[in-house]
Amino acid sequence: MTTRIERRFAALKAEGRAALVTFTMSGDPDYATSLELAKALPKAGADLIELGMPFTDPMADGVAIQAAGLRALKGGQTLIKTLAMVRDFRKDNNDTPIVLMGYYNPIYIYGVDKFLVDAKAAGVDGLIVVDLPPEEDVELCLPALKAGLNFIRLATPTTDDKRLPAVLNNTSGFVYYVSIAGITGAAAPDATKVGAAVARIKRHTQLPVAVGFGVRNAESARAIAAGADGVVVGSALIDVLRANLDADGKAGPNLVKAVTDLVSDIAQGVRSAAKVAAK
Amino acid sequence: MTVQQLNSFRTGPDERGHFGIYGGRFVAETLMPNILELEAAYNAAKADPAYQKEMDHHLKHFVGRPSPLYFAERLTEHLRKTASGLSSGGAKIYFKREDLNHTGAHKVNNVTGQIMLALRMGKKRIIAETGAGMHGVATATLCAKFGLPCIVYMGAVDVERQQPNVLRMKMLGAEVRPVTSGSHTLKDAMNEALRDWVTNVSDTFYCIGTVAGPHPYPAMVRDFQCVIGNETRDQMQEAEGRLPDSLVACIGGGSNAMGLFHPFLDDRSVEIYGVEAAGHGIPSGQHAASVAGGRPGVLHGNRTYLLMDADGQITEAHSISAGLDYPGIGPEHAWLNDMGRVKFLSATDDEAVAAFQLCSQLEGIIPALEPAHALARVFDLAAQKPKDHLMVVNMSGRGDKDLDSVAQFLESKKK
Repeated sequence: MTTRIERRFAALKAEGRAALVTFTMSGDPDYATSLELAKALPKAGADLIELGMPFTDPMADGVAIQAAGLRALKGGQTLIKTLAMVRDFRKDNNDTPIVLMGYYNPIYIYGVDKFLVDAKAAGVDGLIVVDLPPEEDVELCLPALKAGLNFIRLATPTTDDKRLPAVLNNTSGFVYYVSIAGITGAAAPDATKVGAAVARIKRHTQLPVAVGFGVRNAESARAIAAGADGVVVGSALIDVLRANLDADGKAGPNLVKAVTDLVSDIAQGVRSAAKVAAK
Repeated sequence: MTVQQLNSFRTGPDERGHFGIYGGRFVAETLMPNILELEAAYNAAKADPAYQKEMDHHLKHFVGRPSPLYFAERLTEHLRKTASGLSSGGAKIYFKREDLNHTGAHKVNNVTGQIMLALRMGKKRIIAETGAGMHGVATATLCAKFGLPCIVYMGAVDVERQQPNVLRMKMLGAEVRPVTSGSHTLKDAMNEALRDWVTNVSDTFYCIGTVAGPHPYPAMVRDFQCVIGNETRDQMQEAEGRLPDSLVACIGGGSNAMGLFHPFLDDRSVEIYGVEAAGHGIPSGQHAASVAGGRPGVLHGNRTYLLMDADGQITEAHSISAGLDYPGIGPEHAWLNDMGRVKFLSATDDEAVAAFQLCSQLEGIIPALEPAHALARVFDLAAQKPKDHLMVVNMSGRGDKDLDSVAQFLESKKK
């Protein structure tokens, strides 16, 4: 049995190009706008969608995603509503993989078993939970795999060859390579170093490797896409979203178009990249 | 709850950092290699007599240990007089004078251990979070002594209400970074310190101020603070020829309490009380009592009791005491609560300020607002005990930093 994530990466590999993975925060700045945006992302060129599960204390995120989470919470977003949003998304899109990304506490409080059942039923394909390293696999990773969800792990520049097998073990769907040691929204990575790092990871796994952190435009996306199976863009989209909020923090009239325009632009960058890696 | 029959309460955590279901290592992958490196370095240091010897030297000559165990005679007499209907009762109250340490609180015990570990590990840059500022001051002090750059994250709200400590840190050469994310208090300072650490993993040592965070911090900070309880044991033996009958300490994250409690956990005759901050009262929802008003969850690298809403979002704590204003508690405390070995109580802002005033005027000791919470419960606990009951309260810090807060509080009550 394959998941949407596995099918999508296989299809793109056949096409000979990298995937564009977008990150937006569910419920930012409100449920309706966030859903409208999520639905528009695939048309703009997103191949996989990461939806943030807002949390009050996102310890690995920079200011842009911190603020996005707080806006969503202020707008009344909860984990229950995030799952509802996935169900709403699935009403007219059964192909685009959805990965929920966030921190463990809201899932723990929802109840791990119930969450996995509800997430699977809603149409979630994978999970990225930032504060669950392999040392805590019994908490969520192993139950999630058993429930048929992909558990996508982050590998970082600090994950050396000795530790990499532990990180890759039980990882499924794809590997998310965090290109810099830092928080989200930080400075752009050096594309050549990223290519070498991806190659290093690929010596240890057959899984596709997507690269995130520091991708802001078509140019940086193209550079990363040349050496990876996927490019993740998040903070740059959220910065555009924030620029399209009115003084009260409500969605402005051009918000969805402004964000999807940037996604289209970045998608062009990804699609124009010369394919060198992932062979 | 009945106390469970374990052979020992002092064997935790297990090799994965768990105290029962609490503790653990819930951190981003970027930090995991650092945490494992720290654990290995700490285990090596612990086994090295030279490390312990050097630490003892600094604790004696720089910190000024041992701190006295002081018989609070007038407070004892006062409580005996006012204990209504219990004229025969009223425990004999001792203060463990951590307020007399260099830098004015127990925090320096832990910081001394961690900075010496940082030096052994060759780390060149120290970061810390602070609430009331006492941990920040202690870290800034040791960094000055050993010539290390020091960056202290402090919630913007706390920067306002603990100005004297901000000035002290700056005078000691530290950089104080006010944190304006989230609720602008201690939990956000910890988030920001973790973000710094994720960004500067290779050269930076994160000096956590309490018995919380990912393994090995809760156990390591506890070990450094156990000097409090170990000294108390010897000093009480010398003063009274026996063990104390009860121990009382305030609990935010809980490092002063753990340091006092841990050496006595297996002495079943010793009653142990932790006092959380009840702020405006537990029913008001505006408090910092994680055990009384929270439930188990995961934050800042460990599973423990946390204040949160139905969605698992962390809620803002409230206490007049910046040092207790944290929505969690150390994981070992959470476990000791569940096991019934430590009894958790709470004291409100009003009660703490009343205790602050009474202690100042009866004993000539201005306590920090944090131990004033413990004192507030000592008032009613002591009244219920016979005269030969020996009660030790951890005077974890001095109150100079709190004079403005208390004056403002009293002023607002007049209106």
